[in-house]
Amino acid sequence: MYVAVKGGERAIDAAHAWLAEERRGDTAVAELSVAQIREQLSLAVNRVMAEGSLYDPDLAALAIKQARGDLIEAIFLIRAYRTTLPRLGASRPVETADMAVIRRISATFKDLPGGQVLGPTFDYTHRLLDFKLAAEGEVPVAPTAPASLGQVPHVTAILGRDGLIQGEAAGDETPPDLTREPMELPASRPLRLQAITRGDEGFILSMAYSTQRGYGRTHAFVGELRIGAVAVEMDIPELGFAVQIGEVELTECETVNQFKGSKTEPPQFTRGYGLVFGQTERKAIAMSLVDRALRWKELGEDFTGAPAQDEEFVLKHADNIQATGFLEHIKLPHYVDFQAELELVRKLRAEAGATRDAAE
Amino acid sequence: MIANEPEKNERQIWMGLLARAAPERLQALLQDLPPHTLLRGPEVGAVMVRGRVGGTGVPFNLGEMTVTRCTVQLADGPAGHAHIQGRDKRHAVRAAVVDALMQTDRAYALRAGVLEPLAAHETATRALRAAKAAATKVEFFTLARGEDA
Repeated sequence: MYVAVKGGERAIDAAHAWLAEERRGDTAVAELSVAQIREQLSLAVNRVMAEGSLYDPDLAALAIKQARGDLIEAIFLIRAYRTTLPRLGASRPVETADMAVIRRISATFKDLPGGQVLGPTFDYTHRLLDFKLAAEGEVPVAPTAPASLGQVPHVTAILGRDGLIQGEAAGDETPPDLTREPMELPASRPLRLQAITRGDEGFILSMAYSTQRGYGRTHAFVGELRIGAVAVEMDIPELGFAVQIGEVELTECETVNQFKGSKTEPPQFTRGYGLVFGQTERKAIAMSLVDRALRWKELGEDFTGAPAQDEEFVLKHADNIQATGFLEHIKLPHYVDFQAELELVRKLRAEAGATRDAAE
Repeated sequence: MIANEPEKNERQIWMGLLARAAPERLQALLQDLPPHTLLRGPEVGAVMVRGRVGGTGVPFNLGEMTVTRCTVQLADGPAGHAHIQGRDKRHAVRAAVVDALMQTDRAYALRAGVLEPLAAHETATRALRAAKAAATKVEFFTLARGEDA
């Protein structure tokens, strides 16, 4: 039985008013604008877009401001907002081969067409705090060099030419959408990838790390990691043709993994795939490792009981909004539930006491 | 030259350019809109962006993006249409009006006054990012080590 209890409205209003004041902080310090968050905390914005599963940098920046920098709370706000939007359609699959790359590295080939392009990376920094950033200073201008604007080929395409890596089955069937139908297991690879790309970065990272430490090892090399803008194209039924509706920045990771071969397959490398909104390379690498670990069945590998191989474990615990919703709800009033438990424990203790008295 | 996209028709090219343009830039290039009626929208919604498994395989749902769509009709003129990234309704209306105007005899003037500057700016922005990326390209060199060098 649920018993409605009223009251607490005044307390809630006061709590929210104080929250707004605390969010603002010391009014002697200039207020952050949404544009400042979008431009200067762009990796936080990217994470909120990826896990909120909605590409809109201004909205993500607003959510971060509203959430006082609590990124999971910001992701929650974005998820709630996206449910209010009518679905206007689906894009054609983006062509990552046509990506305007700002970063593209391969850990498997030193010399490859298009070269190793580091881009704006934290790699090779010394991870020493830069106190110059605490003072206002001039920003150095990034150097430029002559560039070719041509297509940068995928490393897996190069390996694929010699049949050294497993190809991906082509097709154009409409993929399942976990935002429309509840996720059913076993999940197809497209459904798994949708769940992982919007999954919690920390969870996916830990799952990927566990495979590296031996819980479902897949011997992954980063064949290629690329970041850049791709055009989003959609068929417009009223027009009868497809138009570009915008551009999104994506991070794509393709791993190259060992595979002994089987009765039907010659020895060749296999693949793990990561594709994530924004500049989110930790997540994209982790995603490709988890994708590969979950492919054990289709590749005829052994299930070793590793968490990263357990589809239900990974997919049902990757979503931080589901997780935090269920976790945090236990702090809300459970007075009646607990009263029942309390009654029960008292009754059991009384009974146990009576039995003990009788035995003495 | 608007863009080097040989497989696309002219309308696809200008609609893409308008969708990718920054709202304030388009507005600066076309301040006043001719009389028009709104046939649909402007309406904000979401489009599911898809990727392909392994970059080349079957499609999967990557996540949504905000999109605003709008259809306008010029007074005594053709209809224009826009699907643009983001939630800027005025941008969607303006893009739809330009799409309609491009189907009239004002096309020539608009091409020079609006589309060419948008395309030039986009090309310059892309070229600058590509040039910064090119500056971070690694030039390997080999250090000869050991006895038998």
